[in-house]
Amino acid sequence: MNTEAQLEALPVATATDAHVVAVAMSGGVDSSAVAARLQQHGRSVIGLTMQLWNQRRLPELQGSSPAQHRCCSLDDVYDAKRVAQHLNFPHYVVNFEEHFEERVVRPFVEQYLSGRTPIACTNCNTEVKFEPLLRMARQIGAARLATGHYARIHHNAETQRWELLRARDDSKDQSYFLWGLTQEQLSRSEFPLGELTKDEVRELARAANLPVAEKPESMELCFVPNGNYVQFIQAYSAERGMPLNARAGEIVDESGAVLGQHNGVHNFTIGQRKGLGFAATKPFYVLSIDAANNRVVVGDDESLRTTTCEVEAVNWVSIAAPTQPFRALVKIRHKHEPAMATVEVASDGKSLRLGFDGPQRAITRGQGAVLYDEGERVLGGGWIR
Amino acid sequence: MQRVYLDFNATTPVDAAVLDAMLPYFSGDFANAASIHTPGQRARAAVETAREQVAGLIGASPKEIVFTSGGTESDNHAIFGIVNSALASGAQTAPHIISSAIEHEAVLNTCQALEKRGVAVTYLPVDKNGLIDPAAVQAALRPETVLITIMHANNELGTIEPIAEIGRIAAQADVYFHSDAVQSAGKISVDVKALGVDLLSLSGHKLYAPKGVGGLYIRNGTRLQQLLYGGHHQRGARPGTENVAGIVGLGAAAKMARKSLAEDAMRVSGLRDRLEREILARVPDARVNAAGAPRTPNTTNIIFPGVEGEALLISFDLKGLACSTGAACSSGAVEPSHVLTAIGLSPEDARASLRFSLGRHTAEAEIDFALHVIPAAVAQLRELSPTYRRSSVVAI
Repeated sequence: MNTEAQLEALPVATATDAHVVAVAMSGGVDSSAVAARLQQHGRSVIGLTMQLWNQRRLPELQGSSPAQHRCCSLDDVYDAKRVAQHLNFPHYVVNFEEHFEERVVRPFVEQYLSGRTPIACTNCNTEVKFEPLLRMARQIGAARLATGHYARIHHNAETQRWELLRARDDSKDQSYFLWGLTQEQLSRSEFPLGELTKDEVRELARAANLPVAEKPESMELCFVPNGNYVQFIQAYSAERGMPLNARAGEIVDESGAVLGQHNGVHNFTIGQRKGLGFAATKPFYVLSIDAANNRVVVGDDESLRTTTCEVEAVNWVSIAAPTQPFRALVKIRHKHEPAMATVEVASDGKSLRLGFDGPQRAITRGQGAVLYDEGERVLGGGWIR
Repeated sequence: MQRVYLDFNATTPVDAAVLDAMLPYFSGDFANAASIHTPGQRARAAVETAREQVAGLIGASPKEIVFTSGGTESDNHAIFGIVNSALASGAQTAPHIISSAIEHEAVLNTCQALEKRGVAVTYLPVDKNGLIDPAAVQAALRPETVLITIMHANNELGTIEPIAEIGRIAAQADVYFHSDAVQSAGKISVDVKALGVDLLSLSGHKLYAPKGVGGLYIRNGTRLQQLLYGGHHQRGARPGTENVAGIVGLGAAAKMARKSLAEDAMRVSGLRDRLEREILARVPDARVNAAGAPRTPNTTNIIFPGVEGEALLISFDLKGLACSTGAACSSGAVEPSHVLTAIGLSPEDARASLRFSLGRHTAEAEIDFALHVIPAAVAQLRELSPTYRRSSVVAI
């Protein structure tokens, strides 16, 4: 047994230790590889797996697809635990269900109902992973939080800014989802996979004998059990006591002529062609969603192409807010080839007007517009409004 | 790394003497206690000795003890058993149960399952100390009430409920009375006659016997339908080949508990009181939940305002101190505690609460270690808390 003197000598950390790093572990191969890689570099790893969504909720959605490949399913939690046991570092499951619902799920549904097409992953990064999870990581003694994102962070000694760079593997690049990170958040984050290709990550996982090395990738939104957003929005709204069955409205063309009826604007996204529910001799696409008047406006492909858009809630990442118009490559959705635009910044730096050199197809409200320079830096981003 | 375990309400280690008593029954005396031959008779004798030992701990007669797989089965058996008996005897109206808001899930979820089948359940509220008012039990009685089920001691707070008073009310009303004594047996005196209970649940692993064995006291003459169907083991009340080694362990643990209970309680409550006192002295704004109630001697539940209990629990664990928050869900994440909500805590205070539960062998030096870890870890979390500084400014 210890004496008082021995107790006083025990290293009870009172400040965070740069050597200690928390890893956000989903149970997938990427974040597991992060843990292995950091451990190989001599870091002291603490694994944290977020419990974000109760899979027992909305049971009517469970039937259509097995739940094992979703980020907060029990199997994924156990996979993360197996990796931690295999590599012998502490691992904990932390409950952010309330926070996740309030900051991610509810806004996601509300955005759809207001005629936008939101990206839950960006909100989850900005509002959950790099907010309460990062805070918890620091509270339990880790200097930084590492995640399995394919992107890179670089500290620019000249500007004293933390810069966000594309991943080396362009096909895996996830910088599009990270534009909301503040300088503070970036300064305390690590993306160890940013320099690697997916094949190298799998190889790393195999070499470390990780039990998840061969696990297939999940591409779906974690809380939507079968990838069916419409079904999810209906079930969630019903559970919250706001059923959507009385939301039918009109589908009109650009002149206002009624072409058909719809069962709620949440069924539509800009550029959608299929499932419009009326017969026509030529293809029609959703041009805009007018939630206030409960109308969906459709037209031809040509009308879908526009050259300007407004961006709000802008966050500047690798540079401070510019005061003069400037040129940037802009991505308006995850799988969009960046397009050159002239960027005009409002005086408060919080909103933008983008003028693309050429027309862009289906610029969609609620998606992120992310600004890149000609190289690999994310300059900033915001929500298309 | 030194590890100090202060989570004995979650589970206890098998006591060395208990393990010694059990070991012969895994391989040597392995026979089925239902067998007619001599080896079987030896196993039977061991089971019956254990039954006497368990009965001895709670002032029952041996034939009133049924061995089960643990506290959850005992609770299910008691509650389903009484309700099903009432239904089988042709009750005209839907049966009614009186329970409380702070029961263990083994009772709460059993009651909820019965509600789905049309049984009415009253969940009595508790005061800020987690105490149930016996007058509220009296007031909740209905002609169709068939069962009162109230826990003896609460697992999260340690609060000891006025079971004897409720027992008198139940007897007067001629309503069956069950108590989940999983958290009290071995910690405080449990006498089924003094408590006036008809049914009482016990769990092995909370009193230094192994996991997977428990007991149910069924007062002689109680009309209780069986829960499981199978052979005629344990007079048909609980079929299934007896877990001889586990049962022997439960018996040995009951015997030990009976012998050392008073002495353990005195020593452990001294350590618990010191832990509590020094935490309050060294951690600003810390408060004890249910401090005004009679409590089990080993339990303290403390609010550390301005911190997330979950982060604090992890922080303690990384420094070698094991304690607990409310309930854990199947993933291992922390769930909001229905008990802390029931005593009127705000969601913030409920999330900022941790339970420390001491054991029979907890040493003074382990309390020193806990007191070395706790104030520093709380200070570190508060440093990074988005709410603490603001709330402390308001407090001044």
